[in-house]
Amino acid sequence: MQNVVVVGGGLAGFRFVQSLRDAGYDGAVTVVSEEEHLPYDRPPLSKQLLAGTFTEEQCALPGEAAEVEWKLGRRAERLDRDLRVVVLDDGSEVAYDGLLIATGRRARRWDGALPSVGVHTLRDLADTAAFRADIGADARVVIIGAGFIGCEVAATLRKEGVDVTIVDVAAHPMPVMGPEIGARAARIHEAEGVRFRLGKGVAAIEGDDRVTGVRLEDGELLEASVVLVAVGSLPNSEWFTDAGLAMDRGVVICDETCAVLDANGAVVPEVFAAGDIAAWPHRHAEGAACIEHWSNARDMADLAARNLLLAVEERTALASVPTFWSDQYNVKIKSAGFLRAVDTWTIVEEDADKPSLLAEGHRNGELVGAVAFNMNRSIIGYQRSLANVKVGT
Amino acid sequence: MKITVDTDLCEVHGDCVVAAPDIFDIGEDDDVVQILNAEPGEEYRAAIVQATKMCPVAAIKIEG
Ligand SMILES: Cc1cc2nc3c(=O)[nH]c(=O)nc-3n(C[C@H](O)[C@H](O)[C@H](O)COP(=O)(O)OP(=O)(O)OC[C@H]3O[C@@H](n4cnc5c(N)ncnc54)[C@H](O)[C@@H]3O)c2cc1C
Ligand code: SF4
Repeated sequence: MQNVVVVGGGLAGFRFVQSLRDAGYDGAVTVVSEEEHLPYDRPPLSKQLLAGTFTEEQCALPGEAAEVEWKLGRRAERLDRDLRVVVLDDGSEVAYDGLLIATGRRARRWDGALPSVGVHTLRDLADTAAFRADIGADARVVIIGAGFIGCEVAATLRKEGVDVTIVDVAAHPMPVMGPEIGARAARIHEAEGVRFRLGKGVAAIEGDDRVTGVRLEDGELLEASVVLVAVGSLPNSEWFTDAGLAMDRGVVICDETCAVLDANGAVVPEVFAAGDIAAWPHRHAEGAACIEHWSNARDMADLAARNLLLAVEERTALASVPTFWSDQYNVKIKSAGFLRAVDTWTIVEEDADKPSLLAEGHRNGELVGAVAFNMNRSIIGYQRSLANVKVGT
Repeated sequence: MKITVDTDLCEVHGDCVVAAPDIFDIGEDDDVVQILNAEPGEEYRAAIVQATKMCPVAAIKIEG
């Protein structure tokens, strides 16, 4: 191994390079990334950066990535696996003997007519700065999408007294946590002054020049001076869709060592993937699962780097327990396990005044996940117990 | 070896507790992690190095 190329300079790309150097690799490393910035952390964007308690510099990912050739502001356009080259947007080619696919995702945009000013998405530093700058003194903000990013942004803005309404077709915010927890999360937001329109579809975002409002399918008009579209994300996989790799809903499928599979299901030993662009065979998922959490990008990238340096038969399997956190007001939401597999949620412990909560998620009676609000110790127990369940059970 | 945690950075993610349970702990209501053993023996080094790598905010430092 002489020439390792990483496409995508986000968390996964950065951790991969660090882990490669930690493992003793001393060959060349090239990182190609579309963004002009050195790798930075996304979780603070909807929290500290939006709130103004972090600067952009404080969002930089910690630690060193030694001796890397950075090709920033450069997009990969094609992957040629026969020649083992990545073709970039300036026509140049980068040859590899080891490759990491780490191009992550981008915010899904509103598909429909849009006013030219005042409609935003939030995925990168530039998005956050533009959204922040648009929120004037008596801004009325409508957030389309009650997922984690929508809810975090609502919490950050409510702390400053900004008028916030959240719309979603789902019946509860953050639906992956199930209806019981979702209803409690909605109450926490409502107590802080957020208005919800749940179970409601959006018909149009209105306004000629600047946005004036969001029209719901039932006819109601929510007045707005700023709209955040937070309706999920799309994988940045266009550059390798014709490279003959196994794909599922736009992401590349890996085996348990994080090496990618080709369209016939055979392992491609010199190509790995990690983070939001990759799916791997989690034992509670049907087939491979793409887990869009910080800890998943960290764990996949760390393992991919170590495995790339090993012969195929010496490689180890990913043992990552999906975990995420989200900070909203004074509530620390944490999860462990593969929540999409849960069929029944049970609230185990609750103190509505604090507020705190602990819930277990089961599938066919088997514990597959847990969620905690302000119970930072209890959730660690679940991280451990879910890690120790034997594979295949 | 001496362990310190930057309490301004720590967000009680708890990854360090998973990696090195003999060294770090978190109470249900804590705002920052507790260091159970700030000057542990060499036998804990591997677990603590793992904890420093797992921490999402790189709050843990090892001296010596
Ligand atoms: C606002 C926000 C808040 C979040 N908060 C949390 C949280 O609290 N907890 C949590 O667990 N997770 C959170 N996440 C999720 C977490 O940040 C992601 O899981 C993580 O960023 C994934 O890292 P990645 O490296 O796979 O992808 P990304 O971070 O998306 O990085 C991919 C990089 O590849 C580049 N790229 C894309 N296409 C190309 C191309 N063709 N050529 C070259 N480069 C390309 C992109 O520009 C980008 O720099 C949050 C995400 C966002 C957006
Ligand atoms: S992993 Fe880091 S942030 Fe989390 S508790 Fe430990 S020191 Fe604090």
